[in-house]
Amino acid sequence: MSWDWGYALDSLPLLLDGFRVTVFATVLGTVVAAVLGLVLAVLRRAAPRWVALPVRAAAEFVRSTPLLVQLLMVYFLVPQLSPLTLGVLVLGIHYATYMAEVYRAGIDGVPAGQWEACRALSLPPVRTWRAVILPQAVRNVLPALGNYVISMFKETPFLAAITVGVMMFEAQRFGSNHFRYIEPFTLAGLFFLAASYPTSVLLRKLEIRLGH
Amino acid sequence: MVADLLSALPRFADSILVTLELTAGGAALALVVAFAFGLLARSPRRGVRFVSRTFVELFRGTSLYVQLFWLFFVLPQLGWRLEPLACGIVALGLNYGAYGSEVVRGGINAVPLPQWEATVALNMSRWQRMRLVVLPQAWPNMIPPFGNLLVQLLKGSALASLITITDLTFQAEQLRSRTGDTALSFGIVLVVYFAIAYLLTLLMNLLELRAKARVGQAPALREALRLRRPPADAAATRTGAAA
Repeated sequence: MSWDWGYALDSLPLLLDGFRVTVFATVLGTVVAAVLGLVLAVLRRAAPRWVALPVRAAAEFVRSTPLLVQLLMVYFLVPQLSPLTLGVLVLGIHYATYMAEVYRAGIDGVPAGQWEACRALSLPPVRTWRAVILPQAVRNVLPALGNYVISMFKETPFLAAITVGVMMFEAQRFGSNHFRYIEPFTLAGLFFLAASYPTSVLLRKLEIRLGH
Repeated sequence: MVADLLSALPRFADSILVTLELTAGGAALALVVAFAFGLLARSPRRGVRFVSRTFVELFRGTSLYVQLFWLFFVLPQLGWRLEPLACGIVALGLNYGAYGSEVVRGGINAVPLPQWEATVALNMSRWQRMRLVVLPQAWPNMIPPFGNLLVQLLKGSALASLITITDLTFQAEQLRSRTGDTALSFGIVLVVYFAIAYLLTLLMNLLELRAKARVGQAPALREALRLRRPPADAAATRTGAAA
């Protein structure tokens, strides 16, 4: 069976629509994950024991269980919200747990002298975190965070399982309508490659610039 | 409802077995692929390195979902029909093998240069060098990242439920339609996945301890698992007695 260019071109508009939804979901998911991950990481360090431990246990649980099962569960439990909203939230929460680990490594990497200096200057905790620790911690781990964004981008097809119109959803639908899957799936794969490979090359350059 | 759950138990056990099959099969294939491409990436010939690099970037840059669906939907249209379970294992193995090849490459590069030089001085062949000196030292360093990849592979195996494999995720949906209780059925399945992930992590930690002990980088397993510590001044009394 050979490649049919006409069919491939027919599938392109739908795939591009799906790509738009995919990028949208990734961007929103990243925002949720980055913010929530930071909250989780700071809570783990700064909150009292009775808050930090349950939060850590919950994060560990979410991190070690499959995203697909979490998506399906939330999709069936909360029919009021749209699948895209649910998808973005679950994606965000799932990746927040990964990013919390990355932030933790960054925070641990800030030299102890910085903390001591804040103590010496009598800076209140909020000021310490906001002005001294976090800027250094986040700058150190930007490449690792970027890698997780790329990972998230490659896991957006899971949203197709809860009927969000991501690229693989459109590709599957188009393929099943015409009983021919080669072109849409291969094109979808190439789209993923075209988006993620240059990004990871750029991330590597950023990593080198930051001195790793 | 308890009766529902109890009657679903044998099917549940079967689906746990399927998930474990996917994980084990995928992990075995991934290990082979990782070592194959990790070692090929170090070849002195540029053509070999290029092929290895292309394969790795291809499988790392495209989503596991795409690869799995490609194997399941596109291969039959090209003439090769693959069993769903085989599709799952091949997709998981190739995808995580590509990530694993980077781990292998990094682990081998981390072996200190003097070790390589010593093997040259001792006239060892390439095979002897790898098997007797380099790999035993590289292997303990590779285990923690491999452990992470293994847990990710377990989570990736949930995708197989989308290509008609009756694994744990599929069973969650079945349970839900039978009992009507979404939270309970998915909750149970999540706990089972968590338990398997935890056990796998423990297993990898034990493997790392054993691997390090065999290369002399950590106390022997027997010592590490000992409940009673040897007296703190045992060494001192020995040297004290000698003096």
